[in-house]
Amino acid sequence: MTASTTDRAALVSAIAAAHAAERGPLLPVLHDVMAELGHIAREDVETVAAALNLSVAEVHGVVSFYRDFRTEPPAAHTVALCRGEACQAVGAQALYDATCARAGSLGDDVEVEEVFCLGNCALGPSGTVDGRLHGRLSADRLDALTRDWR
Amino acid sequence: MSARVFVPADAAAVSVGADEVAAAFESAGAQVVRTGSRGMLWMEPLVELDTGAGRIGYANTTPEDVAGVLSGAAPGIGVVDEHPWLASQRRVTFRRVGVVDPASIGDYEAHGGWAGLRRALSLSPAEVVQEVTDSGLRGRGGAGFPAGRKWQTVLATESEQKFVACNLDEGDSGTFADRMVVEGDPFTLVEGMTIAAHAVGASEGYVYVRSEYPHAVAALGRAVDTACTHGYLGRDILGSGLDFDLHVRVGAGAYICGEESSMLESLEGRRGEVRARPPIPAVRGLWGRPTAVNNVLTLCAVPMILADGGAAYASLGTGRSRGTQVFQLAGNVRHGGIVELPFGVSLRELVEEYGGGTLSGRPVRAVQVGGPLGAYLPASGLDVPMDYEALAGSGAMLGHGGVVVFDDTVDLARMARFAMEFCSLESCGKCTPCRIGSVRGVETIDRIIAARDGQGDVPADLALLDDLCTTMTQGSLCAMGGLTPMPVRSALRHFPEDFEARR
Repeated sequence: MTASTTDRAALVSAIAAAHAAERGPLLPVLHDVMAELGHIAREDVETVAAALNLSVAEVHGVVSFYRDFRTEPPAAHTVALCRGEACQAVGAQALYDATCARAGSLGDDVEVEEVFCLGNCALGPSGTVDGRLHGRLSADRLDALTRDWR
Repeated sequence: MSARVFVPADAAAVSVGADEVAAAFESAGAQVVRTGSRGMLWMEPLVELDTGAGRIGYANTTPEDVAGVLSGAAPGIGVVDEHPWLASQRRVTFRRVGVVDPASIGDYEAHGGWAGLRRALSLSPAEVVQEVTDSGLRGRGGAGFPAGRKWQTVLATESEQKFVACNLDEGDSGTFADRMVVEGDPFTLVEGMTIAAHAVGASEGYVYVRSEYPHAVAALGRAVDTACTHGYLGRDILGSGLDFDLHVRVGAGAYICGEESSMLESLEGRRGEVRARPPIPAVRGLWGRPTAVNNVLTLCAVPMILADGGAAYASLGTGRSRGTQVFQLAGNVRHGGIVELPFGVSLRELVEEYGGGTLSGRPVRAVQVGGPLGAYLPASGLDVPMDYEALAGSGAMLGHGGVVVFDDTVDLARMARFAMEFCSLESCGKCTPCRIGSVRGVETIDRIIAARDGQGDVPADLALLDDLCTTMTQGSLCAMGGLTPMPVRSALRHFPEDFEARR
């Protein structure tokens, strides 16, 4: 075992221990692992399971159920575009399709994701750029918001 | 003395530049108060200058406009409270949103906060439940179940531990009222949940907030901490003997967790798979204990009901739909935002008068009411009164009060396909009609669209789609699979030309 995997296990164990007294601590623990480490690796699932006295299958089942819990490191930059009905009513589907097709032109390591509703339905198309919410998005606006990535 | 300006910190306002505007006012030496949004979202960032003779609004403000606002040279919209779009509404749940500083418990009290809780604590639990029953309040999450009856069930169920749980997993496209009330006036939810705890005998509460709402998570967390410090949560609340702890939990990107039993599973730390009913959560909910599960808007109506009495709330509305409904105008609409009115207003009045028609300027062709599981209504069907029973009579539903407007470029076959696709992506997978039916629905509508645009046997696939809709409606465990056919069938019924061969 390398030093870094030991450190990772220690960090994940500490996160789990901090929530152990709560009722139903698994989701809060997984959120904190995501916030600290960016993704939930296979070995993290085992660490969390051991720390919370759950089976690996139970933790894996939860990790795989929820969209927020990713098992691979994220790209350097993320654009998430809403495909909900309200945003579709103002052209979000075309914006999403076009942005997926030109993801590489926004930057070297950019991931384009779909989301379903960000609660900004009167100011669509909505999306997030590196986690920050934006309304009234267009291709030009996305170009401006991602200028520093190129 | 420096000028005082109010700049919304609401996520929608921030999404179009409110933070930059607030920073520019601070740089210019103004005193900036970050509020919620008034709900006139097409005007955001809508800043307000305190003049002593009312708060004057400035719409679509940019950092470049700041000097003009402070000097009085910029064109304003007048006193915001007197703006007809706002003044003609009946704001009950939203009366403080956009007005107060959501971080200030003093502001909350000064604007009528805690009056409902104080009165509730002077009453017995049964009397509080009776007041809510008398108000006629029905669940605003979509099901419309009488809130008083739900609370009565929890109150009457014996248990050494009970819970209240608030559903802030507002995943329906076209809805944002839960988010806005919690960002703009979070103490109202704290007060409503504390009243609920007293009414049903709960000592612990959970708010389940979707992760897509980080601003709401922050506002609510701050309000809970402040309320604890001031004795409105925790031990012996206001000397009444009531103990109530409130916890904020964050979802993880699963639409289905807005379904109450999935939400309970998720709160317990499991996959958000729905539970079969019975038992209902009021009898066996969180960790097997009696749990009052309510939507944000339901709980946020409760403080006013207790403060002013159930009869005052029941005096608003129509038929069996009492009180006000917070409508949310969204999609291709010119004046999108929050319209709170007594039940009974027509959909046409909402779309045409408040909404001002489409943003694109083209004719309205379809309006989806009640979220992704709600019906598409045609422009000719907009005279329906907005109440639970009238909408049901039109083959539609109120849902959470979302109204999404589409212009004449919409393809309803594509929207029907999207309803099935959304269900296939968000189904929890527990029951077959929803998990498999939605996938087959996408495939079937794909064939219908291909036939429409070229070749294939449309009538046979239409019959198959209708069959599939029946199976999903009757065989699904919850509203996800059970109501996905509603947008599909309403599209078929009102817009058959979108499914027929094009020549």
